[in-house]
Amino acid sequence: MYVEKSKVESVQKISENIFLIKVLSPSIASLAKPGQFCNIKVTEDSFPLLRRPFSVCDVGGDHLFFLFDIHGEGTKIISRKKPGEFLELLGPLGNGFDYQEGYDTAVIVAGGLGVAPFPLLQKNLPTNKKIISLLGGRSKKNIVTYGLKNVLIATDDGSEGFHGTAVELLKSEMKNISKDKFRIFACGPTPMLKALQSYCIENNYDCQISVECAMACGFGICQGCPIDPVNGDSYLLVCKDGPVFEAKSVKL
Amino acid sequence: MVDLSVNIAGLRLKNPVLLASGTVGYGNEIAEFTDLNKLGGIVTKSLSLKPRKGNPPPRITETPSGMLNAIGLANVGVESFLNDKIPFLKKLDTTLICNIAASTIEEYVECTRILTLEESIHAFEINVSCPNVREGGLEFGNDLNAVGRITEKVKAVTKKPIFIKLSPNVSRISDFAKVVKENGGDGVSAINTLVGTAFDIYTRKPKIKNVTGGLSGPAIKPVALAKILEIKRNVDIPIIGIGGIMNWKDAAEMMIVGASAFQIGTVNFINPNAGAEIVDGLKIYCEQNSINNISELTGTYQI
Repeated sequence: MYVEKSKVESVQKISENIFLIKVLSPSIASLAKPGQFCNIKVTEDSFPLLRRPFSVCDVGGDHLFFLFDIHGEGTKIISRKKPGEFLELLGPLGNGFDYQEGYDTAVIVAGGLGVAPFPLLQKNLPTNKKIISLLGGRSKKNIVTYGLKNVLIATDDGSEGFHGTAVELLKSEMKNISKDKFRIFACGPTPMLKALQSYCIENNYDCQISVECAMACGFGICQGCPIDPVNGDSYLLVCKDGPVFEAKSVKL
Repeated sequence: MVDLSVNIAGLRLKNPVLLASGTVGYGNEIAEFTDLNKLGGIVTKSLSLKPRKGNPPPRITETPSGMLNAIGLANVGVESFLNDKIPFLKKLDTTLICNIAASTIEEYVECTRILTLEESIHAFEINVSCPNVREGGLEFGNDLNAVGRITEKVKAVTKKPIFIKLSPNVSRISDFAKVVKENGGDGVSAINTLVGTAFDIYTRKPKIKNVTGGLSGPAIKPVALAKILEIKRNVDIPIIGIGGIMNWKDAAEMMIVGASAFQIGTVNFINPNAGAEIVDGLKIYCEQNSINNISELTGTYQI
C-alpha cells in the first residue's frame, strides 16, 4: 500500500454524468489487482475532509483509471480536474476478486457504475476463460461498456437491450451460461446485489460480490464500514475484509 | 538541539504527539503507512472486559469540516487484546496507553486490574464519555459523582498514571477535571467527541444508524481549545489535549492554551503519516522560536 501524489492525465466524459479519469501512479499501478480500490483525497485542504473510495477500473502501464459519476462535492471536484493537477491516492486497498481458477466462464453482472472494477478484471483474466458481461442501468445513458467484452445490456426503461434488471437478464441467459462451469462476478447497488445473492444461494451458484459502504480511512482503523458475516459473531470490515465477498458469506 | 520530550504526571513521552483512541485500532494497520516509533505514544481503541460487536452500519458520515461516528466501542475485549494485539504493540519504541470503556464501575476496575499486570502498558485512559453506547459512556461522563468514584476505584488498583477522558457535552468541564484531581487522577484527556446528528432530506432518515454520533475533525477544534483553556485556568492538573488537530500549527495552539501533550484522531484517517509530520513541524517551530524544550509551551497563552 502506498500514499501517492498522482498527476491527472485526462478526465474523459463518457456519458451525461459519468467520467473516466486517468492518473499517473506508478507505485499503486504496479500492485493493483482487480476488485481493489483506492481512497482518494481530492483537494489539499480540509474540504472535503475525508478521502473518497473508488474501485480501480483499469491499469495501463504506470497509469490508473477510475470511473465515477457526480453525486457530491468530492466527485464534482474530481470531474473538474485538469491535466497536470494532482490527486492524492492511498492504495491499493481491499482484497479483490478471486479469478484465477475453478471455472471456465466469467459472468460479469454489473448495475450502473458497478461496472467500475471489471475492465481490469477482464484484462487480467487467464486467456482460457470465456467472458460474458451483463450490464444493467436505469436507462441507455446509464450504461458504460468501457473495457468490457461480449456485452449484453438490460435497462429498467427498456431504452436499450433487455427490458428489466441485470439480474433478470442473468436469469434469462442462464440456460446458455450454465452449459459451462461459470463464476459470477458482481458489483452494483445493494438492492441488485441482494436479488443476485438470493438467486445464487437458491441455485448454489458460484458468485463473488463487490459491496459498497461509507468509510473514512479505507484500511481498517476507523471501523466505519462493518458488514455482518453469515458465520461469526463479530462484524467484518468492507475495506479490509472486502470489498469482495463470496455472495453466500455476508448479510446484505 | 530542541528537546521535544514531555513529562506528564510522571509519564515521559519522547514527544507530545499521541494517536487518539479509536482512530488507530491496535496500531498494526496504520504501521503500513507510518513509523509509529517516531511518535510520543499510542492510545488503544477502547477496551471492555468482553468483546463488543459495535453498532450496525451506517456508522459514519461526513459533515462540514468534520465527521460523525457511532462505532459503538467495537473492540476485541481485554483477553484477546493481551493475547493477539500486545505482541505487536510491545515491539514498538513508543509509549502505550490503554483506553478502557465499561458499562459499570466494577468493569472499569476489573479491566484496569488485569491490564496493569502487562508491563508494556504504561498508563491508562479511562473513557467516561463515549457518546455512542447507551449504558456507561456519557451517562458516567455527565455525573460528577460517578467520575469521582471511577477515578478513585481505578486508581486503587494500579500504580500507573490514570487519565480520565472527559466529555465536552457538559456545562462546566472544569468541574469534572477538579473531581478527577480530588480523587487521585493523574490527568485528564479533553475532549471526547461532541454529540451531533445529520439527516437525509429526501429519505428524512438519519445518516447514521445510531441516529446521533460523535462529531470530530477540524470543526471541533475551537470547542476543544475553549474547554482546555477552561480547565487550565481553573484546575491544576495535566491535560492531554484532543480535538480537531490536523497539523503542527493546530498542535502548537493546543499546547499554548494548556495541553501538556495532545492526541490526533480524525486526521489519521486522511493522512496516516500526520503524527510523524507533526513531530517534524513542531521541531522546526521550536527551533525558529527559540524554544529549547517543547514543554515550555504549555499554557503560555497571553490573555
